[in-house]
Amino acid sequence: MSTRRIAAAALLFTLAANSSLAESPRLGKSITEVEIAAWDLSILGDGTGLPSGSGTAAEGAAIYAQKCVACHGEGGKGGNNGAVVGGGPLDRIEATKTIVNFWGYPTTVFDFIRRAMPWQQPRTLSNDEVYALVAFIFAQNKLIGEKDAMNAQTLPKVKMPNRDNFIVRFPKEI
Amino acid sequence: MRIFKRRNSGEKHSTLQPVAGNGLLDRRALLGRGIAFAGAMSAGGAASLTGAAAEPLKDEQWSLEPGEVLSPYQQPSKFEKKVTRILSNPRGEPRTQHARTPHHMLNGTITPNGLHFTISHQGNPDIDPDKHKLIIHGMVKQPLAFTLDSLSRYPMVTRAAFVECGGNSSLLFSKEPVQTDVQNLHGLVSCAEWTGVKLSVLLEEAGFDKNAKWMIAEGADAPAVSRSVPMKKALDDAMIALYQNGERLMPGNGYPVRLLLPGYEGNMQVKYLRRLKVVNQPSMSYYETRTYSPVLPNGKAYRFFFLQEVKSFITHPSPGLMLKEPGLYEISGIAYSGTGRITKVMVSADGGKSWAKAALQAPVLSKAFTLFRMAWRWNGSPAVLQSRAWDDAGNVQPTRAEVVATRGETKTVARVGGFPSQHYNGITSWGIAGSGEVKHVYA
Ligand code: HEC
Repeated sequence: MSTRRIAAAALLFTLAANSSLAESPRLGKSITEVEIAAWDLSILGDGTGLPSGSGTAAEGAAIYAQKCVACHGEGGKGGNNGAVVGGGPLDRIEATKTIVNFWGYPTTVFDFIRRAMPWQQPRTLSNDEVYALVAFIFAQNKLIGEKDAMNAQTLPKVKMPNRDNFIVRFPKEI
Repeated sequence: MRIFKRRNSGEKHSTLQPVAGNGLLDRRALLGRGIAFAGAMSAGGAASLTGAAAEPLKDEQWSLEPGEVLSPYQQPSKFEKKVTRILSNPRGEPRTQHARTPHHMLNGTITPNGLHFTISHQGNPDIDPDKHKLIIHGMVKQPLAFTLDSLSRYPMVTRAAFVECGGNSSLLFSKEPVQTDVQNLHGLVSCAEWTGVKLSVLLEEAGFDKNAKWMIAEGADAPAVSRSVPMKKALDDAMIALYQNGERLMPGNGYPVRLLLPGYEGNMQVKYLRRLKVVNQPSMSYYETRTYSPVLPNGKAYRFFFLQEVKSFITHPSPGLMLKEPGLYEISGIAYSGTGRITKVMVSADGGKSWAKAALQAPVLSKAFTLFRMAWRWNGSPAVLQSRAWDDAGNVQPTRAEVVATRGETKTVARVGGFPSQHYNGITSWGIAGSGEVKHVYA
């Protein structure tokens, strides 16, 4: 094949690969990350995205008693909804998964409470309140000390007991 | 029996030759003329179909008067009232709600929109489509916002795709068979024709970073359901779906816009989609690292299961549908695979000792429901019906024993509505008693 024909073939290939793009009406409106900030709830496993703020277990205990105890029970031991403190061994496939016996990342606890709890009023907690609740739950589970504050620096370093017990099922899909 | 009479009448009997044990017949029997199917399986106890007393025909009242005025959006006949989804939490208590598809009362490859399964973690949001936005940001050259109006102007694609909850069929992990019907066992899968915009078109427009490996998808519902999706999938066959079987999405299925990831776990196909963030690592969200990470017998757990693997189950007959009398029946069911197109379904009537190839209803589409059918002469004695599917990626539906060997089974018997694990795609067995009653069994 001559260089010219190779070039022509390459051009054709590019056109084919981008054909969907060529048809695109390009109607997406530019928006800035600042404008998106209020919606950007994403926190990654390494702590990227954790907001500023801080809280302790003592502060968290008070918020828990007010906003969480009705569903998750005294001391987080479970009520109408699951326990956020304690948990049995993973000795059967149907074992109840809890934060301390199963969750692999401390960031997930912050992320989930911030986006989804309390159940009837999601996204009404301040970042300080979420850090305090996480500190309370972690301290009750003996994952941190009673006095340890949770914030964007300390939270990602909390070692979850089950962290290394996961196997990626279909690595080829990633 | 009709089958022997036919043979005596001198017609070619090759089409009615048994092809496997316990009465499975050549599939050409399905097309044969003049075969009386002993027929209908039904939940009721109506008189035998073949033995109906002859009475002179007369017009019923409905034929003798003008009918009802048409309605702007029609509903099924009032005689079909029992064809509904089973609700797990009808009063909306603070926990997840499930609505399961009644596969044993349907017959086709497309699930009607009102009967498509739904799982909702905090109820269906009431979204005004004129105010809804879809944002693409993160590792992109230019973050973009799309309205429903603007999305509607993009070139559209249409395809059939099943959507299945990662927890569907998980009662089959129970150490003893849970006695319930196909709706409770397998009702968290449905199939629809979806229309929307190819996600790759929008990602290209935003100028996504070619080094990014993940994309976080998030909904506008109360829990802002969030899942990490490999960019590989996002750029392959992912769709921003706007229409379901020709009409706008149902509220329970993501109105006004959802992510469609054909063949992937239902929870990843984020409904009420409002934000896509291109990133370099997964978020390790609640649903991916907790709920849909099944525990293994050794205490470890699978994460990022993604795929809904090749599966099939028989819908007719199935528990709740009685066989009224011995005779010729059609066994039928659904097969599908998250890894491709169904190439073969085998059916057994003797608990897996012998198998015969079922007829597949065309068209057979990738990552969509395929109907299979098998002719069967039930001789009135106990039988165990099973189906097993293959796909064009070379994957085979495992037996239950094969699933249990690697994934384990429960130590206590599971209860209806429970989720002892996730991702069961093994064989389902229906035991037919001499009375014609159908039960869930392990074989
Ligand atoms: C009205 C009841 C209710 C209230 C109040 C409530 N929750 Fe929840 N919580 C739930 C439900 C229901 C779930 C399960 C959500 C799901 O699976 O989608 C849940 C799940 C959780 C989980 C995940 C537990 C696990 O291991 O799966 C955490 C953590 C949590 N809630 C924390 C909190 C905190 C902190 C508060 C107080 C700010 C709170 N919840 C208030 C109902 C409630």
